[in-house]
Amino acid sequence: MMQKYLFIILGVFAVLSALMVVFEKNPVHSVLYLVLAFFSVAGEFVLLNAQFIAIVNIIVYAGAIMVLFLFVIMLLNLNKETEPHKALWMKFGAVVTGGLLFLVMVSSLKVADSMEVQSLHSGIGTIQQLGKVLFTQFLLPFEVSAVLFLAAMVGAVMLSKKDIK
Amino acid sequence: MDAIIKGVPLNWYIILSAVLFCIGVMGVLFRRNAIIIFMCIEIMLTAVNLLTVAFSVYHNDSGGQVFVFFTMAVAAAEVAVGLSILVVMYRNTRSTDIDVLNRLRG
Repeated sequence: MMQKYLFIILGVFAVLSALMVVFEKNPVHSVLYLVLAFFSVAGEFVLLNAQFIAIVNIIVYAGAIMVLFLFVIMLLNLNKETEPHKALWMKFGAVVTGGLLFLVMVSSLKVADSMEVQSLHSGIGTIQQLGKVLFTQFLLPFEVSAVLFLAAMVGAVMLSKKDIK
Repeated sequence: MDAIIKGVPLNWYIILSAVLFCIGVMGVLFRRNAIIIFMCIEIMLTAVNLLTVAFSVYHNDSGGQVFVFFTMAVAAAEVAVGLSILVVMYRNTRSTDIDVLNRLRG
């Protein structure tokens, strides 16, 4: 019972802060609200007993990626509320599109039966279990992701160099 | 402990992910600042991650959580490259307004 309440509280937090990301005028405030949303989603992961993913979510997303966003905003000096906004009908269209997409998703799921997620006895989200799977069954994709990071790093450096000789 | 962690319906996770994903889609269409659009893409990725973890726990299969791990890795790489593209774009046009970039139209 308590898990349901926690789920609802964290979900409301996540949805509200995600909405504030969209509607906040100042980009720095948007980033901070996004950090709040990521923390709420990490709470949901903990509720699912997926501890490893929860910690990685906080460290990688709320830590590294959000700091990167903040650095870029500070670097480009965008922490003002002077950005141009879309026309009113475009905003209206965006909200209607999001709402319609949500309506389609929910109405297609209406016929599905509800099943409870039993997260206590699974133990599949622990670091031990995930480490075993990651280094046996998924060893090759894990190594390939290192190559992906190398490519991303080289790409980022090449893009931001002023003059490439 | 046994009473605490028990039984959130799977449908609730699906609904929450759908809400977050739709907020992301709405944000991409709503704003003109390219950085905010990146953040909305992150919201969409997080919604998908949440749903994948919920299904992984439901099916008692850790492959889903490994997949979420890889999704996060790809998202980190994407953000690094995307933000550097944004910096280059700002250097050329002095703004991060995506409507300025419509000269990329074919």
